[in-house]
Amino acid sequence: MTLTLLLDNLLSASVIAFVVAVIATLARFDLRLPDALPAILSAYLLFAIGLKGGRSLAESTLSDLVFPVIIAVLIGIATPIISWAVLRSFVRLNNIDAAGIAAHYGSVSAVTFVVVLATLDAQGMFYEGFVAGLLAILEVVGIVVGLALARSSGSSLKNVLAEVTRGRSIALLLGGILIGAVVGDARLAPTDLVFVGLFNGALTLFLLEMGRLAGERLREVVQAGWRLIAAAIALPLINGTIGAGLGALSGLSTGGIAVLATLAASASYIAAPAAVRIALPEANPALSITTALGVTFPFNITLGIPFYIALAQWLS
Amino acid sequence: MRIANRQLLTIVAEAALEQRLIADLKRLGASGYTASHVRGEGRTGRHLQDLTGPSVELETIVTDDVAEAILAHVGAAYFEKFAVVAWLTPVSVLRPERF
Repeated sequence: MTLTLLLDNLLSASVIAFVVAVIATLARFDLRLPDALPAILSAYLLFAIGLKGGRSLAESTLSDLVFPVIIAVLIGIATPIISWAVLRSFVRLNNIDAAGIAAHYGSVSAVTFVVVLATLDAQGMFYEGFVAGLLAILEVVGIVVGLALARSSGSSLKNVLAEVTRGRSIALLLGGILIGAVVGDARLAPTDLVFVGLFNGALTLFLLEMGRLAGERLREVVQAGWRLIAAAIALPLINGTIGAGLGALSGLSTGGIAVLATLAASASYIAAPAAVRIALPEANPALSITTALGVTFPFNITLGIPFYIALAQWLS
Repeated sequence: MRIANRQLLTIVAEAALEQRLIADLKRLGASGYTASHVRGEGRTGRHLQDLTGPSVELETIVTDDVAEAILAHVGAAYFEKFAVVAWLTPVSVLRPERF
């Protein structure tokens, strides 16, 4: 793992904004952005990611997509199961809590995805354009499998599937992909000022908010117990390694493998919490958000991503 | 114009329940509703859906019977597992036939 890769990532605007926001929040500064702004930024980021993915889709053929899609589905099935197993056996959570958290870890964090893309861009590493589609697949499959582990009699899984797929995160992402694919690279150029030019700035601002939320959760992290905290670091490493290993089998480029590994390692704290809250109301939501946002996300964007990139390079 | 008594039913619930509650209101006889996004804390300290959205406050004006039906349903379906509060305020309305 090159030191420059680690430092480049750590010193990027987004990561530093996150770290500063955590520290400032712990020191009780009020960094709260105006109410609607985080939601606006998240909608913008998801849509822009979709557009970016969609516009490069035109350059991929169906055969380019087949194996990565299959592998993504496999990862989406494997990671929540592994997470659940660790949470049950090592952390000793009850089945419902374990399944709820497993749904978070099986699903993905779009923000972590964006950070790994930004890092790969900064390093000049190529990755396939359709990785945004892989994000959508993993997001949905991960949540559904995680919830299935609870064998919840509440919402039927088909309902959950429909709700998650049509929910704001996926809808914006898929919409962006579709629009990007139909309009195509050339005709999207007039919109680049907004969806490409403003992207990194929006991400930095969004991570300021993430840092604030993580900082607020930090006190609860301490209460979560060392086993859960240890799992919140071990699971991304385990899942990320599996993602990298399977990704290497799918014929993706090094960058693509790194992205897939990062997706496998990330934990959702936007789409998953809403779905789990409805399907598994008995699950303790504080546990899942605290670990996903307070431990796993910071770990992934600081140390995890450089590790997954290095792993991808080693496997190629 | 006629003025008559009705009930203003107010429900404050965590963000995840918004769509379900609206569907419930309509199904149980409410002729309409007003929704707004609010923040707060309660006894359960649940205050979690920071990113999925703030809490929702639903207001609807209904007859006594419909109010009872809605409260009974909300109590049974959601009180135990979700962060929800609901209350009634007596109100007087014009055009009571609309509620």
